[in-house]
Amino acid sequence: MIVADRKKIPEIVDMIKDHRRVLLVGCGTCVTVCLAGGEREAGILGSALRMALRLRGRGDVTVDECTIERQCEDAFIDILAQRVSEYDAICSLGCGAGVQALAERFPRMPVYPGLDTQFMGILESQGVWAEKCSGCGNCRLGEFAGICPITRCAKRLFNGPCGGSRDGKCEINPDLGCGWQLIHDRAVALGILDRFEAIVPPHDWSTGLDGGPRKVVREDQCIAGLCTRP
Amino acid sequence: MNDEPLILAFCCHYCAYAAADLAGSMRLQYPDNVRVLRLPCTGKLEANYVLAAFERGVDGVIVAGCLEGGCHFLEGNLRARKRVERVRQLLAEIGLEPERLEMFNLSSAEGPRFAEIVTAMVERVKRMGNSPLRPDRARAEEGALEMSRQAEAMLEGEKR
Ligand code: SF4
Ligand code: SF4
Repeated sequence: MIVADRKKIPEIVDMIKDHRRVLLVGCGTCVTVCLAGGEREAGILGSALRMALRLRGRGDVTVDECTIERQCEDAFIDILAQRVSEYDAICSLGCGAGVQALAERFPRMPVYPGLDTQFMGILESQGVWAEKCSGCGNCRLGEFAGICPITRCAKRLFNGPCGGSRDGKCEINPDLGCGWQLIHDRAVALGILDRFEAIVPPHDWSTGLDGGPRKVVREDQCIAGLCTRP
Repeated sequence: MNDEPLILAFCCHYCAYAAADLAGSMRLQYPDNVRVLRLPCTGKLEANYVLAAFERGVDGVIVAGCLEGGCHFLEGNLRARKRVERVRQLLAEIGLEPERLEMFNLSSAEGPRFAEIVTAMVERVKRMGNSPLRPDRARAEEGALEMSRQAEAMLEGEKR
């Protein structure tokens, strides 16, 4: 899932400084699960913002909340259309994709991010989320014993480990497991360590963000023809 | 005009609520600034309840749960303490003194301690002054009562 974190109140107050009616929009999908931007968090942020604004002499600003099922799909955003016209700005509690989906759907409405989107990851233990995938567009997990060297090695090495690996930890942070130690240990457990004797050729980064923003197109699913949005 | 601070106490049914009751039946003297809201366990406390209280203009909030290790639901009070800590950070971001919110632990037999806690909190809030968010005492009081009524209705609903 996509993992995010709430922005600090003063930053949000500053972003909405030119507005008098602000709609906070939560999202019921990933950011609900990572406790950053669901219905409950939208309620908490709404209450916090109203108080913060009053304390800064801006008690006349209206802040209301609502949450939709999924912010990254027009079909779900549509139910907001009527409501949005009563406001002069939106603060989205969706991930960066949700924020931009709202902005595309409402071209005349300023849309601000209430969250800092962090990464694609997993729930490691209650209250702890960890980054696992960088969306490189050319998944190599099969070659690396199921552990991603792009995301979990701080230097994105394909032929690791580097000389900074100590006692299973990465040299950039003693709390961080060395991705290559993890790859090694799992390769041993799977009995495939010998595969790592060959040098891995350079990765093709063009399938990732380095190749520009990407689209995935399934023509068999495009009922209204190919989407022409920029 | 009533300038006295208004404190809302989120009290666990198994300890602090009983202790408050005991303080009453022992006829202990403590300031009448506190309104009690009964929770089935402080583990039920959500950040938005506390924020709602401050938004309605109460001057201070007490969260009172069982002694550590003594929670009826094992660790509700420990979770509440962490949530209270997080809300205190949020209050600082908002611009309200985090000291307006405090968690205490006590047992149901500690009527006198309940009286002490309330007295200490009232004194603390008096030193800070009333909340800048308080509309007027009557409306803040109404807000606090409305919240405890809702909490009671929720408890009733759960029994059914
Ligand atoms: S190799 Fe690419 S797609 Fe696979 S986990 Fe790593 S970043 Fe994600
Ligand atoms: S110590 Fe391990 S994880 Fe850190 S940069 Fe080196 S190989 Fe990568």
